[in-house]
Amino acid sequence: MSAASTAEPAFVAKTKTGRVTDFVDARVGGSGILREFGRKVFPDHWSFMFGEVALYSFVILLLSGTFLTFFFDPSMAETHYDGSYVPLKGVEMSVAYSSSLDISFDVRGGLFMRQVHHWAALLFVASIAVHMLRVFFTGAFRRPREMNWVVGSVLLILAMAAGFTGYSLPDDLLSGNGLRIIDGVIKSIPIVGTYISFFLFGGEFPGTAIIGRLYMLHILLVPALILLMIVLHLFMVVVHKHTQYPGPGRNDNNVVGYPLGPVYAAKAGGFFFIVFGVLALMAGFFTINPIWNYGPYDPSPVSAGTQPDWYIGFVDGALRLMPGVIGDFHFEYVIFGYTLTLNVLLPALVPAGILFTVMFMYPWIERWITKDDREHHVLDRPRNAPTRTAIGMAGFVWYCVMWAAAGSDLIATHFGVSLNDVTYWLRALFFIGPIIAFIVTKRVALALQRKDREIALHGRETGRIVRLPHGEFIEVHAPLDEYKRYKLVGFESPNVLPAVPNEHGVVTRKEKRRAFLSKWFFEDRVAPATPAELEAAHGHGHAAVEAPEAAKSLSH
Amino acid sequence: MGNHSDGSPSHSGTVATAGQNEVEKFQDPGIPPHRLRLADTDPKAAKRAERQVALLFGISVVGTLIFLVAYFAIDLGGADSTIANIRLQNMLLGLGTAFAMLGIGTGIVHWAKALMPDHEVSEERHAIRYEEDRQAAVRIVDDIVEETGIKRRPLIRNTLLGAVALAPLPAVAIFGDLGPRPDNKLSHTMWAPAEGKLKRLARDPDGTPIKASDVTIGSAFHVIPEGLNELHEGKLNEKAKAVVLLMRLDPESLNPSAGREDWGYNGIVAYSKICTHVGCPVALYEQQTHHLLCPCHQSTFDLTQECKVIFGPASRPLPQLPIAVDDEGYLVATSDFKEPVGPSYWERDMHERSINS
Repeated sequence: MSAASTAEPAFVAKTKTGRVTDFVDARVGGSGILREFGRKVFPDHWSFMFGEVALYSFVILLLSGTFLTFFFDPSMAETHYDGSYVPLKGVEMSVAYSSSLDISFDVRGGLFMRQVHHWAALLFVASIAVHMLRVFFTGAFRRPREMNWVVGSVLLILAMAAGFTGYSLPDDLLSGNGLRIIDGVIKSIPIVGTYISFFLFGGEFPGTAIIGRLYMLHILLVPALILLMIVLHLFMVVVHKHTQYPGPGRNDNNVVGYPLGPVYAAKAGGFFFIVFGVLALMAGFFTINPIWNYGPYDPSPVSAGTQPDWYIGFVDGALRLMPGVIGDFHFEYVIFGYTLTLNVLLPALVPAGILFTVMFMYPWIERWITKDDREHHVLDRPRNAPTRTAIGMAGFVWYCVMWAAAGSDLIATHFGVSLNDVTYWLRALFFIGPIIAFIVTKRVALALQRKDREIALHGRETGRIVRLPHGEFIEVHAPLDEYKRYKLVGFESPNVLPAVPNEHGVVTRKEKRRAFLSKWFFEDRVAPATPAELEAAHGHGHAAVEAPEAAKSLSH
Repeated sequence: MGNHSDGSPSHSGTVATAGQNEVEKFQDPGIPPHRLRLADTDPKAAKRAERQVALLFGISVVGTLIFLVAYFAIDLGGADSTIANIRLQNMLLGLGTAFAMLGIGTGIVHWAKALMPDHEVSEERHAIRYEEDRQAAVRIVDDIVEETGIKRRPLIRNTLLGAVALAPLPAVAIFGDLGPRPDNKLSHTMWAPAEGKLKRLARDPDGTPIKASDVTIGSAFHVIPEGLNELHEGKLNEKAKAVVLLMRLDPESLNPSAGREDWGYNGIVAYSKICTHVGCPVALYEQQTHHLLCPCHQSTFDLTQECKVIFGPASRPLPQLPIAVDDEGYLVATSDFKEPVGPSYWERDMHERSINS
């Protein structure tokens, strides 16, 4: 470590911060790390902030959650409420619910922390979801980032698990009904369902064990797993370096952006405070989960218009959409003397199963179809990968239909339409929604690509109408500068890869399927404009009317 | 197949078309020239930005003060504490925190954007792994495997695999005491007559028994079994199975099936309130249509057809509780439900058969 042994004079830091850095470095040896990371370049784009929002919400969840644990008591023992909320005075309830009320009404700032915690949890799952949509639509999951996509997907599931276990803790009427639904779904699992239910609840529903068990999962196991996954996630981000959007000067061999210190660190660090500030505003002004209105859990009452937290909505919606009986066919039937209740089992497991399976496997599916095994560090603009974008939108719409179904009763009452009709429509959309979304999205993406070509070749419309000497009116198009043009033309447009024989000279069935999918993926393609086309376009005659000087001044 | 390689429907012969995949491309012009900000060229603008950043940090200080004042000045424990107090405090705490945090956050970001150097720089990406490392790593793994001899000694390998495969079983088994075995707990409820005495139907939640004469046509009662409120243990467990909806219709509109003719009394019928879908309370009764609706997933049951499912995800009718009237005119359950109540489970049909045998 010491430089004294070398012939050169020892390096002495000149500034005070330099001396502090040197002091720490001499003891922990961090100079290598600092040298590597201190000026590491990060690309900058607003859409890269969703992941940061997720990370920061998690930090805020840890902070506010720790505060809440100091006051919360996860016991289901019976007690009579004796706090300062008058309408519930003397009401029989669990200690868990009573302590949640105390946090809300008798601990100063407790309600605020509860609300921060709940809003942060909603934002946590939402930001992960939006971040994943960004990653999907820009193709950031491609090699070398497939594993990180999987880690991210696991994080999404863990975030939902953390949310659900936390949602149930106050033991209020609403969350109790949520647990009741979970219990019903678990009981529908063939063979082991009844046992799992009894083991989870420590006997019959609701029992006296579930809150304590969920509490342990919520504050220990699930957060620990999330933390582990975040560490893995960020470690891989460092190894891969960040992706960047396409544009002039950006390619797969470089990273263009701002150095970590000071600009990027300041922006990212400042952003933490902004996320915290926005959550504080929401917590201060918008009530979330007013448990005192619901009352303690009781298996008998339920209020109309009950809603789960948003991220569970799609499963709840699927449960609502599934018909229990079609004509005379009952989805519950007896098989070898045992009850198989498909009207619960199918909607609870199948849509979520399909969504998550496709999500986990998508990087490998696309790699197999496209045979693209190169490293990608430059993102795709969604329009430049029309089929992928269309697949993503189909999945997104499918999810949204189920999500909307979770509010079918509210849709009906809000818009004054029949609840049954809302359900019938959503059932139809469940099947045709994704198909429409696929077709529309693909067409829109291709149209946008054509528009890009048009602009790249003919320039942008200026809105200036010029009358030519012979009387013709034309609109003047201003050509783009080379940087803007490169943004529109600098992408790859892969072509269909026909089936090729393997080493034995045989075209396998799998390869044929791949070729079929490749055709489906790429048969409609818009190639980027080329310099030759630009030449040709200029020959068309518009260019002649554009005064070169004026055009230049327009194109800044 | 439409290979619209040039993107426009009308071709001009000069356009390069697909097939020539490696048509020439536009050259990357490189990073666009840097444009100076106002603060870079005008010292006054820089000074102004500096003051703005300081102002934002100042706002943060104000926010912290608001928080502290709201925390200490508003007393929740006092006699005059009301919901309005709590709401006000919550609002001010939120406002204070928001100012405190947003002040710092926007201040730093403004500082970074307006005053810190904004030159975009380009850095080479390094390969994730180097060829040398890669070969060395593969060699090391091969050597390690070779030195263990695991490939040459299948006996060791196989016994190890067997041992490792079985070893987690205790870790699963040790959770066996998380709960009792289900046995047939789900197949009976509190309604079963105890010591030859039929259970009266009582109002939920106060537990007062219901007289047949109290039930007018068109009315509905939320019902619990007599004695539920006096239970000390497992009250909610019993309630979760035993809650019942009691309604009185014109006897003409009920169509009891064979064997169920005497399950009601004078048009009064009782059905389990626990949805056969996933167990929410079927709490909504539409008087006009005689439909019962579950607010969770909108399963709809028709009272005039013995609560057959007419809409929604449930697949099975609500179980009916056979009722009659005792000597004093109170409604009583003549027996337990004749089938398990609530959501379906694997052993449900077995239980139903054993109840009825």
